[in-house]
Amino acid sequence: MAVPIRVEHLNAAFGPFQALHDVTLTLPARQVTAIIGPSGCGKSTFVRCINRMHEETPGGRVWGQIYLGDEPVYGPDVDPVVIRRRVGMVFQRPTPFPTMSILENVVAGYTLLPGRPRDLESLAERSLRQAGLWDEVKDRLRDSPLNLSGGQQQRLCIARALAVEPEVILLDEPCSSLDPISTAKVEETIMELAQRYTVVLVTHNIQQATRVSQHTAFFLLGRLIEFGPTEQLFTNPANEQTEAYITGRFG
Amino acid sequence: MNQPLHHPTRVVNRGDRLFRGILRLFGLVVLAIALLILVELWEVARPSVERFGLRFLIETQWDPVREQFGALPFVYGTLVSSLIAILLAVPLGLGVAFFLSEMAPRWLREPVSFLVELLAAIPSVVYGLWGLFVLVPIIRSLELAILRTGLSRVPLFSGAPYGIGMLSAGVVLAIMIVPTVAAVSREVFRAVPDSQREAALALGATRWEAMKVVFDYGRPGIVGAVVLAWGRALGETMAVNMVIGNQPIISASLFSPAHTMASVIASEFNEAVEPMHVAALAEIGLALLGLTLLLSALARLLVLRVERRSRGRQAAQGVTSP
Repeated sequence: MAVPIRVEHLNAAFGPFQALHDVTLTLPARQVTAIIGPSGCGKSTFVRCINRMHEETPGGRVWGQIYLGDEPVYGPDVDPVVIRRRVGMVFQRPTPFPTMSILENVVAGYTLLPGRPRDLESLAERSLRQAGLWDEVKDRLRDSPLNLSGGQQQRLCIARALAVEPEVILLDEPCSSLDPISTAKVEETIMELAQRYTVVLVTHNIQQATRVSQHTAFFLLGRLIEFGPTEQLFTNPANEQTEAYITGRFG
Repeated sequence: MNQPLHHPTRVVNRGDRLFRGILRLFGLVVLAIALLILVELWEVARPSVERFGLRFLIETQWDPVREQFGALPFVYGTLVSSLIAILLAVPLGLGVAFFLSEMAPRWLREPVSFLVELLAAIPSVVYGLWGLFVLVPIIRSLELAILRTGLSRVPLFSGAPYGIGMLSAGVVLAIMIVPTVAAVSREVFRAVPDSQREAALALGATRWEAMKVVFDYGRPGIVGAVVLAWGRALGETMAVNMVIGNQPIISASLFSPAHTMASVIASEFNEAVEPMHVAALAEIGLALLGLTLLLSALARLLVLRVERRSRGRQAAQGVTSP
């Protein structure tokens, strides 16, 4: 079940450098929320806090709290592994596992872990369909993922994240290394995902945010500057800095 | 008009030409040395090769006084002792490499890596001494303990508790090749992109499970590390010579004294006066050279496979690069 993500007074740092300052907002369920802002504004760090990947970075520290629905993400008795199963993530560059076939990649979340489900093939098919890749790969499931195009690899990674049945999907600039046609396909997939999942999309592409998201959050220098419905934020921003950014005066 | 352009690389100044000539000479010297070794070995070994033929490698009797020369016990000793070494050193070396590349805190990483590499610089005779004074007594008491449990009826553990023998040689060899396994596979692990680890972790993998991904990615390189270490174990002479017992015996027992190809050459060459004895030792040298070459060929093949795969990987990334 898709759940909203409630972020309360979230701070994050790399060693002495504080990358996020007191971020509070709620990302609604079954919608795409875009996170925009110039490079280094903390948008990637923000999503990496949601699935507790930030602490895997050397020197990474987090304080504040995030709730998935009503359940806290941070706490002494919260297992980050459990959180990461509930919150799937897709990275900037496609990261297929090169030694596995396409099929094995999709179900990697199960084969890596103990307790595999009964029917991996139909699970793979379902995930690939959701990621909009099934028709392109159904005849070559045993092939190496390295023979796929970049966009296909990225949708394969989306399928792999979906296969473990998460509630939230984080996409960290998923199209930044793709050509326009692949980008269009991935965007289509993202919009489909919003029907079932809470989707958070980091993007440096303002047009992309307007195309696929219902809400947008604008970050600058580690602070949340403005958060609201996408249409409103882009047509009538409340903050001058937001306006400066979306009209292209910096960033 | 398409006049051919003046080609600057064709003009070579005199110093360059001299430099090139010297380098070429150096290259040829290496080749010549290798060839000379081969020719010389062959010349010395020829009486033995002509007299015994291929039987040399399957005969088990080695009696210089009666001019009976069968090299099988040495081949067996070399293969078994190096195999014991590989079996012990690979898990240990991989564990060290994995700890250093994935788990160790940064302040520990460099000093420990340095110490591991330092192990490789200890002279072989020192390992031999350590083996003789420290390891052999330990192995001997282990053998005594096994003798008391009655397990010595199993052929693998049978025989008198000398201490020196196949097991001691294998363990000393293992310690000597751990640095090779560890250093090479640490580089292999470090070459695995972080994005692979993150992708596994983001799927909800634990560290242990993420390790499988790292391991899979680096598998061909790790095979290369094992082959390299194995090559070292095959040729190691001094330390083995000091702890293996130097008896040309083929025994199923780990505790039995044995002999290896390298150590028989070292221990008998000085006293070999009969031409046939010298020839037989040279033929063992030839066989050892062949075995090592075979292994390097195997390693080269594996490296080629890795390169081909990483080229495929680069091609795939070329598609996705912005």
